[in-house]
Amino acid sequence: MKIELTRQKVHNEFTKKVELISGQNLFACYQCGNCTAGCPVAFAMEVGPHEVIRYTLLGLEEEALRVNTFWLCASCLQCTSRCPKGIDIARVMDALRMVVLRKKERKDAIQIPEFPEGFLEKLPQIAFISGFRKFLS
Amino acid sequence: MRYACLRVGRRYAFLELVMDYLYFPGCTLYTKAKNFDQTARNCSLLLGFELKELKNWTCCGATFPLATDNIMALLPPSRILATAREEGTVLTTLCAVCFNVIKRTNRLIQGDGEKRDKINNFIEKNYQGDLQILHYLEILKQDIGFPQLREKVKKPLEGLLAAPYYGCMLLRPFKEMGFDDKEKPTLFEEFLEALGAKAIEFPYKIECCGSFQSVGSPDVATECAYKILGSAIQNGAEAMVSTCPMCTFNIDHKQSDIKQKHLDFKPIPVFYFTQLLGIAMGLDYRTLGFEQNAVDPLPLLSEKGFL
Repeated sequence: MKIELTRQKVHNEFTKKVELISGQNLFACYQCGNCTAGCPVAFAMEVGPHEVIRYTLLGLEEEALRVNTFWLCASCLQCTSRCPKGIDIARVMDALRMVVLRKKERKDAIQIPEFPEGFLEKLPQIAFISGFRKFLS
Repeated sequence: MRYACLRVGRRYAFLELVMDYLYFPGCTLYTKAKNFDQTARNCSLLLGFELKELKNWTCCGATFPLATDNIMALLPPSRILATAREEGTVLTTLCAVCFNVIKRTNRLIQGDGEKRDKINNFIEKNYQGDLQILHYLEILKQDIGFPQLREKVKKPLEGLLAAPYYGCMLLRPFKEMGFDDKEKPTLFEEFLEALGAKAIEFPYKIECCGSFQSVGSPDVATECAYKILGSAIQNGAEAMVSTCPMCTFNIDHKQSDIKQKHLDFKPIPVFYFTQLLGIAMGLDYRTLGFEQNAVDPLPLLSEKGFL
């Protein structure tokens, strides 16, 4: 994949928005990959959390938002507790979700009408309350 | 002096109650995890304290909002905290997610004056964050004490190889929860050993079960559960013990999905820790709500001679 870097893009408005929502300093990340190594859902992610952080820092909005990484994050905070630089990575992943969900198209990440029959009845309340909070705009 | 009446074994026992704890059950403990709620209440009577349910409680929101500007999601737990403070100084929960959300919100209200004012203005209360949030296991450890608990055990769970599964919400973020060590917690093991069971050490004990991904990407959550269960079984576990209705859904109710995907997988029962406590304290197994467990634990229990 060819990525074009320009001075205008690095740490642009998109990056600043993510930093603002998450309250984290993305420049602190030195790409050690501890977050990706400890992530319990990394096996299903298209790119690891540390790569998404890099994309975000470089201002590559399209590349960062097109992957499934932050949608798969279960907010278990394993990455947060292991980050040697003290970045709360789960907050960064949540901020990326928010950037998408707060766009004016209000595109949801899950479509409730498409759930198979009886699916919601099986789930405990706790799962769909937290799921809806994370996936619906 | 206050007493409670409870059926223990074949007889009814009158139990002296020394203490009250204000208790927040949370949404799932009233429905899909009734067995968790009921066993905890009965066991607490046997241990000499009563769980006094918080009045007019609402759902805690089931996730702590990670976006720093999302104050709206802090309102339900704040309202719970503020009403609880009107009734007492300690609030206890059973569900690991509720515990996490409420404790983190409490810490935030303590430390962040600006957000505290905003929240208080909105919910029209004046709560300063001076409530102590305790998990049921912490009460057992700090207020009852595991050596004392061991003395009260009527039917030791001797020979039961149980894998204590902490999950993520009890422990992380370590600084705010302060529950136990962040990488090598031992509280749950101590609890199981006090009941006479053997706690199995396995590497996935603090790994996430996939949590709400069972809504967004059910296959991913199933795979997470398979790894956790597989690791426990490989290390010799006959049963899993959980503290959270979300984990229990993922590792217990999803075992039928795992079985379809991994043909060599053998289902194992998953208990709430209070159910094991109930057996050890001599409660009738028919009152422990095993019909709500997805994998029937009765064959294992009768094989071990605990029924």
